[in-house]
Amino acid sequence: MTLGSVPPKFKVSIDRDQCMDCGRCIENCSYGVYRREGDKILIESRKCTACLRCVAMCPRDAITLTEKPVDYRSHPVWTREAREDIINQARSGKIILSGMGNARDLPIIYDRLLLDACQVTNPSIDPLREPMELRTYIGKKPSKLNFRKTESGDVELETKLAPNLKLDTPIMIGHMSFGAISLNSQLSMAKAVAETGTFMGTGEGGLHKALYPYQDHMIVQVASGRFGVNIDYLERGAAIEIKIGQGAKPGIGGHLPGEKVNEEVSKTRMIPLGSDAISPAPHHDIYSIEDLVQLIRSLKEATEWKKPVFVKIAAVHNVAPIAAGIARSSADAVVIDGFRGGTGAAPKVFRDHVGIPIEAAIASVDQKLRDQGVRNEISIIASGGIRNSADLAKSIALGADAVYVGTAALVALGCRVCGNCYRNLCPWGIATQRPDLVSRIDPEAGAAQVSNLIHGWTLELSELMGAAGINSIESLRGNRDRLRGYMLDEGMLKILDVLPAGA
Amino acid sequence: MCGIIGFIDRTKSRMDGSSIKAALSLMNERGSGDGAGYAAYGIYPEYADCYALHVFFDNMAEPKAKVDEILKQWGEIVHQEEIPTTPQPGIKKVHIPWRYFFKPSEDLMAGRMASENDVVMHIVMQVNAYVNGATIFSSGKNMGVFKASGWPEDVANFYRIEDYKGYIWLAHNRYPTNSPGWWGGAHPFNLLNWSVVHNGEITSYGTNQRYVEEYGYKCTALTDTEVVAYLFDLLGRQHELSHEMVVKALAPPFWDDIDRMPAKESELNKAVRLTYGSALMNGPFAIVVGTEDGIVGFTDRIKLRPLVVGENGDRLYISSEEAAIRTLDPEVKNIYTPRAGEPIIGRFIE
Repeated sequence: MTLGSVPPKFKVSIDRDQCMDCGRCIENCSYGVYRREGDKILIESRKCTACLRCVAMCPRDAITLTEKPVDYRSHPVWTREAREDIINQARSGKIILSGMGNARDLPIIYDRLLLDACQVTNPSIDPLREPMELRTYIGKKPSKLNFRKTESGDVELETKLAPNLKLDTPIMIGHMSFGAISLNSQLSMAKAVAETGTFMGTGEGGLHKALYPYQDHMIVQVASGRFGVNIDYLERGAAIEIKIGQGAKPGIGGHLPGEKVNEEVSKTRMIPLGSDAISPAPHHDIYSIEDLVQLIRSLKEATEWKKPVFVKIAAVHNVAPIAAGIARSSADAVVIDGFRGGTGAAPKVFRDHVGIPIEAAIASVDQKLRDQGVRNEISIIASGGIRNSADLAKSIALGADAVYVGTAALVALGCRVCGNCYRNLCPWGIATQRPDLVSRIDPEAGAAQVSNLIHGWTLELSELMGAAGINSIESLRGNRDRLRGYMLDEGMLKILDVLPAGA
Repeated sequence: MCGIIGFIDRTKSRMDGSSIKAALSLMNERGSGDGAGYAAYGIYPEYADCYALHVFFDNMAEPKAKVDEILKQWGEIVHQEEIPTTPQPGIKKVHIPWRYFFKPSEDLMAGRMASENDVVMHIVMQVNAYVNGATIFSSGKNMGVFKASGWPEDVANFYRIEDYKGYIWLAHNRYPTNSPGWWGGAHPFNLLNWSVVHNGEITSYGTNQRYVEEYGYKCTALTDTEVVAYLFDLLGRQHELSHEMVVKALAPPFWDDIDRMPAKESELNKAVRLTYGSALMNGPFAIVVGTEDGIVGFTDRIKLRPLVVGENGDRLYISSEEAAIRTLDPEVKNIYTPRAGEPIIGRFIE
């Protein structure tokens, strides 16, 4: 092998004075970093992914992990990553696969947007003592209401409302399929959304029987592979989502490696055991907007117009007019997934280079819908890289109705964002189907962690709104007046329609 | 902090502006001398069919020629003159206040501008957004706004407010905190027959502004109150909602209360919140709106600004302070403070 091996990414070491030789690191590491030989624990650092499972489980804090113990000669153009990708491809001749979201060091717009608060001239509102309304309805709203007077002189509503989802907090959990993640992960999140009065997506992997008790809080997805889709599935969901694209890999379909397709996954998805589930890049019945319109209507017809239908698209350059086209169909919500959106498996070149940031996409979609007078026709759900309640508040101020979180919910379950989701070895029991690993998640405990996160963000959002003198979420929505840009260039400020700090 | 007054005589019996001036001046500690203004309805009976356009001109050359041209394009100027003023030591006359009595031409009413109101709204938006040195600050029929930077009594004396007789009066004493103190930024804010005086700060301004701009309104006054006039015009005129329903949209009941209402009422309130969520006004405010058929007073949903109501026979008074009402009418009866979000509506008796 003329290429030789590349330097290890991490160096793992054990403080032998601290170590009590309990072997928990060996048990916990599914990547095979640790092994016992005689009375010694040996380490193979090259296999380490920095999932930190061993560090978390070591009772003595004896494990140290160093990133890039051996590095390449530094070079501004030929980065370590650039060199290693070439070496890997020279070896394999294949597409480089990756997990989680965009890993490039590009500026994060959220971090350059600042929120407002009241001083003197208007009182901040204290959510501990005053009502604070976060209730959000997702779905079509009429652009105006008509009333009629009854014979007795009462005013009656004439306009009929379309079905809407009622969220107690504008945080939903995005679509992560059974297959990509374990049933225990899905169960944990399903219990959490039921408890916190919100919703989660099934992903394109069907709906496992164990989730039926939570179906009123599940949004069932119809993706290009149509895995798990039948009338029973559609009828069980609180809403239906057509997935056109995903922020981590715009333009291509879902990818579930065969290693993860065990018997339960195979039954739920309705695909053969152990087969790779590669969804087609387009829906083969949607080659243009009019086909999408037909699919939306078919799904609505099949479910008797009782459920909202969402359309999820990746944030690409032309996202605004595409969303406006979707708004003119019978779709009730458009989901925009930014280029930082996570994934179980995506070609690295897509994950890191295709699509645009969600902040810019929200701003341009919201504005385009307003320009065309159809903003009320559709809700905007934003996703892709939302990490905390500030990102949430900023998304809503830019114009989103609600957000989907994916990675954040997984981190609440233990994920340390190591990015090896596609290998079926997730030591946290999340992105794996191996029963011994899956059993590491107790759905009750997992549900408590995820609902804690949703509660925590909800409380912080209430405080942020109160500080801004706002007691109802609809007054934050699209309120770009309460945002200021810091270190953003003029072009971006214009797209976001936000003033610079100090103005 | 600002001081506001609303007055209506339900029989359309008219009152001159002297007591309004006295009542507003009483609340001088609510202002800062940076702006005051009055709106009076019923003051131009001889031109009742015309739109009375009050305009601030920076000079009488370019801006005036442009406004003349636009008006002539769209209809007929029945009469025009400078608004009579008396110099005041406390007021620097930075604009020339002018008034046109204008009739839009019926031949041009088509498409998006199908009514004379649509035409006048279009003219107001065009002039205020695109004609440098001209601001149309009043555009209703048989009514007018008089405002400037200064203290209430100076502004009243400047415009000789006691010479006007109206059956609706609004008045405002300004303490600007979120926008510059310029003449156009003084209250009342007006569009067509809607006039607004406002004490407070609208924290939802960005949301409300972007909502009304979807419908052709252009926010150019650099202050939040402007949007209230446009919200009333959009919901009250274009969507034909009753005054009560407009207030329900702007200061709706809380969801907890809506959930407890009987089914039909709950459904109606939910529909209003879903449809008009972007019109909901947040933050502290007490507002009085003048309309072609009366006045509407209301506060924000948790009443962060004062509002007092008084009645005496056919007369209804709304103000920030009881003392102001008592100055207007020492015989006033039935003084009370309305609940948060509760609309106080005074309508003419048919």
